[in-house]
Amino acid sequence: MRKSLLFVSLLVVASMLLAACGAPAASEAPAEAAATEAAAPAPAQTVLEVTVPGYGETLKAVQERGKVVCGVNAQVPGFGFVDSAGVFSGFDVDFCRALAAGIFGDPDAVEFRALTSSERFTALQAGEIDVLSRNTTWTLTRDTELTGNFVHTMFYDGQGMMVAADSGFTTLKDLEGGTICVQTGTTTELNLADVMAAEGISYTPAVFEDSNATLAAYAEGRCDAITTDKSGLVSNRASLPDPAAHVIMDVTMSKEPLGPMVRHGDDQWFDIVQWTAFALFTAEEYGITSANVDDVKASATDPNIMRLLGTEPGMGAKLGLSEEWAYNIIKLVGNYEELYNRSLGPDTPTFIPRGFNSLYTDGGLLYAPPFR
Amino acid sequence: MQNPQTVLPPITERSGILRWLRHNLFNTWSDAILTVIAASLIYWLTKNLLTWAVTTAEWDVVVANLRLFMIGQFPLEQAGRLWVALAFLVFLTGNSLAIWDRKSYIAAFLILGLPVFLIFLPFAPQTRIWLGVMAAAGILGWGLGYTAPQSVKRSVAIGWLIALPVFILLTRGFTPAVADVPNTPITIVPTNLWGGLLLTFLLTVVANIFSFPLGLLLALGRRSELPIIRWFSVGYIELVRGVPLITILFMAQLMLPLFLPNGQDIDRVLRAMVGMTLFSAAYLAENVRGGLQAIPKGQFEAAHALGLSSAKTMYFIILPQALRLIIPILVGQFISMFKDTALVAIVGLFDLLGIARTVLSQPEFIGLHREVYAFVSLFYWGLSYVMSYISQRLETSLGLGTR
Amino acid sequence: MQHTPATKRATPFWRDERFLQLLGQALFLIAVFGFAWIIINNMRTGLQKQGMTLGFSFISGIAGFDIAELPIVYSRSSTYLQAYTVGLLNTLIVSGIGIFFSTILGVILGVARLSKNFLINRLAALYLELMRNMSLLVFLIFWYQGLFLKLPKIKEAIIWFDSVYWTNRGIGIPWGIPTASYPTFQLFLLSGIFLALIVFFSLQAYAKRTGRAPLTSLWSALAFTVVAIVGWLVLPLKPLELSIPFANGLNLSGGKIFSPEFMALTSGLVLYTAAFIGEVVRSGILAVSNGQVEAARALGLNRFQTLRLVVFPQALRVIVPPLTSQYLNLTKNSSLAVAIGYPDMFYVSNTIINQSGRAVEMIAVVMLTYLTFSLITSLFMNWYNAKIKLVER
Repeated sequence: MRKSLLFVSLLVVASMLLAACGAPAASEAPAEAAATEAAAPAPAQTVLEVTVPGYGETLKAVQERGKVVCGVNAQVPGFGFVDSAGVFSGFDVDFCRALAAGIFGDPDAVEFRALTSSERFTALQAGEIDVLSRNTTWTLTRDTELTGNFVHTMFYDGQGMMVAADSGFTTLKDLEGGTICVQTGTTTELNLADVMAAEGISYTPAVFEDSNATLAAYAEGRCDAITTDKSGLVSNRASLPDPAAHVIMDVTMSKEPLGPMVRHGDDQWFDIVQWTAFALFTAEEYGITSANVDDVKASATDPNIMRLLGTEPGMGAKLGLSEEWAYNIIKLVGNYEELYNRSLGPDTPTFIPRGFNSLYTDGGLLYAPPFR
Repeated sequence: MQNPQTVLPPITERSGILRWLRHNLFNTWSDAILTVIAASLIYWLTKNLLTWAVTTAEWDVVVANLRLFMIGQFPLEQAGRLWVALAFLVFLTGNSLAIWDRKSYIAAFLILGLPVFLIFLPFAPQTRIWLGVMAAAGILGWGLGYTAPQSVKRSVAIGWLIALPVFILLTRGFTPAVADVPNTPITIVPTNLWGGLLLTFLLTVVANIFSFPLGLLLALGRRSELPIIRWFSVGYIELVRGVPLITILFMAQLMLPLFLPNGQDIDRVLRAMVGMTLFSAAYLAENVRGGLQAIPKGQFEAAHALGLSSAKTMYFIILPQALRLIIPILVGQFISMFKDTALVAIVGLFDLLGIARTVLSQPEFIGLHREVYAFVSLFYWGLSYVMSYISQRLETSLGLGTR
Repeated sequence: MQHTPATKRATPFWRDERFLQLLGQALFLIAVFGFAWIIINNMRTGLQKQGMTLGFSFISGIAGFDIAELPIVYSRSSTYLQAYTVGLLNTLIVSGIGIFFSTILGVILGVARLSKNFLINRLAALYLELMRNMSLLVFLIFWYQGLFLKLPKIKEAIIWFDSVYWTNRGIGIPWGIPTASYPTFQLFLLSGIFLALIVFFSLQAYAKRTGRAPLTSLWSALAFTVVAIVGWLVLPLKPLELSIPFANGLNLSGGKIFSPEFMALTSGLVLYTAAFIGEVVRSGILAVSNGQVEAARALGLNRFQTLRLVVFPQALRVIVPPLTSQYLNLTKNSSLAVAIGYPDMFYVSNTIINQSGRAVEMIAVVMLTYLTFSLITSLFMNWYNAKIKLVER
């Protein structure tokens, strides 16, 4: 008589279902119901898909939802990770905030989806996320076959190799016969194979599913070297117990332009994400920061700045956004330099010198087209 | 393994400890050698483990991230809801203990005393207040059940029935978040912020509860006389049981969005729940089938002889017996699903294991794998152990699983 | 509708049970196929919209990545299909070795659990309790990162007897390397197997004819061993040469080197599965009632004979079905290799998905492969059950 209560409740649920069906052919009911449910929207969808090329769909969906869904990394300090307060932070993560600030005037109108490197493209393809900002390298295959479009590169990187300082290794040739830790599903994995094959160096890969495990294995001495983008190596080194005991070799194994990626088929959305990046560059170029943006806006006489900040209207409307969009980005999130310094600047444990990621005026590669 | 001793041994001077030792440990030469080996193994393991746990291990990583382990990124200002939900569960537990198992003082003491014990640990003041609330809820429930078992019986049963919906509702929240308005305690918390033990718990419970009707139907389908239904059930069950859970979870994460009409999105947590449910249903179906097979044919024949239709025979005669028979197996499946939820970490969810992997990327705690995974293992192990212990107790005291 | 005809007519078709059953099944079939069609259609249109089509032509594309553990020849310029084959073979290797050792450990545990020695008994019980309540994935990660990665680095390797190396770069043990005469030796082994088979069947025929119970397996094994030893002694050049591992710069060389990932996965699976096998063995032994043993002893069988002819065959009948399913579990669980970086089938397929974007196709292939495993297992089970039934009569 004393029955487990949980069990009783289960039994009731089950028996209700049974009673509803009754007949021996009981199991047909749920499947059928599901079928009709799914059947209804399907034909309409087919029609829609033929007539509408997808232009403007994403922005509309985002605005209806009230937030941008952004695919990020949760495991790379400096670019995307969860701090102990449980908040996503990092350079890639802040880009999503900038995007949300431009669209909604609210940097927190973002839903972050932590994605593994394996699932990121499927998540984008399936429409699960609006934009992928997860240190993703721009390659031909990804731009075509994986049905994404890369917007302007946010961070120029190159693949490097980190070894223990006391190993004395300086070139790749020194790694002959060694073991190299690498993360799976990345271009890094392919580059490593390419470069080592080209140089005729034999090695053993130790391949791991996430960047944590890869670094952990290297830290324990499982491998002689660890390879990933140099930015990643810098943050990796910073998070090792004794950073000074590790050196990043002066070898660049590949070009790694990292930038946000959107789906094929919605050019408006592509433009919005693209020009969010340009707004960040331009703001730095004109020296507009979140601190002085109000003053600059009030006193601006340069038409370039006035167009950027929306005092001379027109630009925002062309993107389908409010005229204040760039102002909001700068005010609420900052310009490129602020984004950079917040996550990768000299005051952070993951400091990376700007290098290529400086404005063209400082000899870097950041060069935004004019706002007009 | 005690040998049932029917004849009392003659009383000798060597009774007591020495005799026991000789009898159980040093019966023969080989026995003695084994004993020595086992004893030194135990000593070595215990010593090393204790030395590590007390001196070498840095438990800061667990203390600093306790909140992440428990509820993931669930916002703190809304966490009060979870405490309320938990207090509700504790209340019901106390109530049920007092009504149905009032003799098990140990269980009552453990469940009601645990919050009280935790209050004395150095938690934040707010946490302590909530722990106090929980203790009060538990004791209140127990007292209520003890004084008036008959009158509250029904409401407790209803309480358990609505416990899961209530828990999920409280976890999810009610009002959508509005920009520029600060979040209230009842603001909706999106599922991507659910994490840690909370997510593990929800995944387990939801997968098990929803797989039950599905599994039952599949089991009946497999025994159906209609060939198409039978083939379908057999096909489904064998297909799911033939592949590892991880492939099903991968399919749920990567392919489910593709199956839906374009533009429709399905939550990642929900996807994992769907995957776990579909997986669990196949195993449950086999368990139920085992129970059905154990019912003697005479039961069917007797029911038919009484003029009951097949459906009624199944519902009134066979199922109640069969299900009662397999309760221990069902509990076992519940536990194994709980252990299997850890696999959602591989597809990128922040359950207890997933959170552990994230915590290990915090710069200040890098390399503390042993501590973090030991803590997490302990949690999985402890909870499974407690569950299986309770179920064994229930089995013996209620005579479940036997007829 | 209370109208009842005076004459007894045939049941109208809408109340005919057979018709209703047919109709129900037809509806069910339509529902299932409709549902499947909708799903596949959704998927096709969804993929088409992104310019992707389903198909397996990609499988002959260049993989482009390296794999650490290679049972066959493979390089970055091999195809995806070859990469998949490497993964498949690795899965089979881990499963085979895992099954072998978990059976041994499981039997030991099962027997220990029944031991009269208090300490051994409790220790086995503790172990079973520990493992059976553990989440395998958490255990494997802990086992790999907490134990095998914490082994000393190669320069500080722990060395046993100058020949067994323990490092976190790999575990090296002495191993035989085939020499020029190895192919000849293989012929000897082959004829040994042949002879063993002859012995086996003739002894079985003898047993059937006379009703005696010779030690069939023992004699067959002996026949094989004798031929193998003779072959070893006869050949002038020894077929296998002992190779001892040594630290060679960045890596271990010589002997047989097992990677930490392989060791962690295999030993983790063995330790975990053995606990379940232990329970199976224990319940199998307990299932043979004491009366059987007493009866056998009363018939004058000695202890060994009782075990071999009475207890063992009966226990085996109880043990084999759950044991087989444990073997299958182990094989399926080996897919957790993905969490610790051993390139088994699932892991390699995962990499292929990442590099080629072919999620649907690869998941289908992986599932089909596991289904084949389980199909083979259930075929074996059916055969075994049928065989046992014969014995019962």
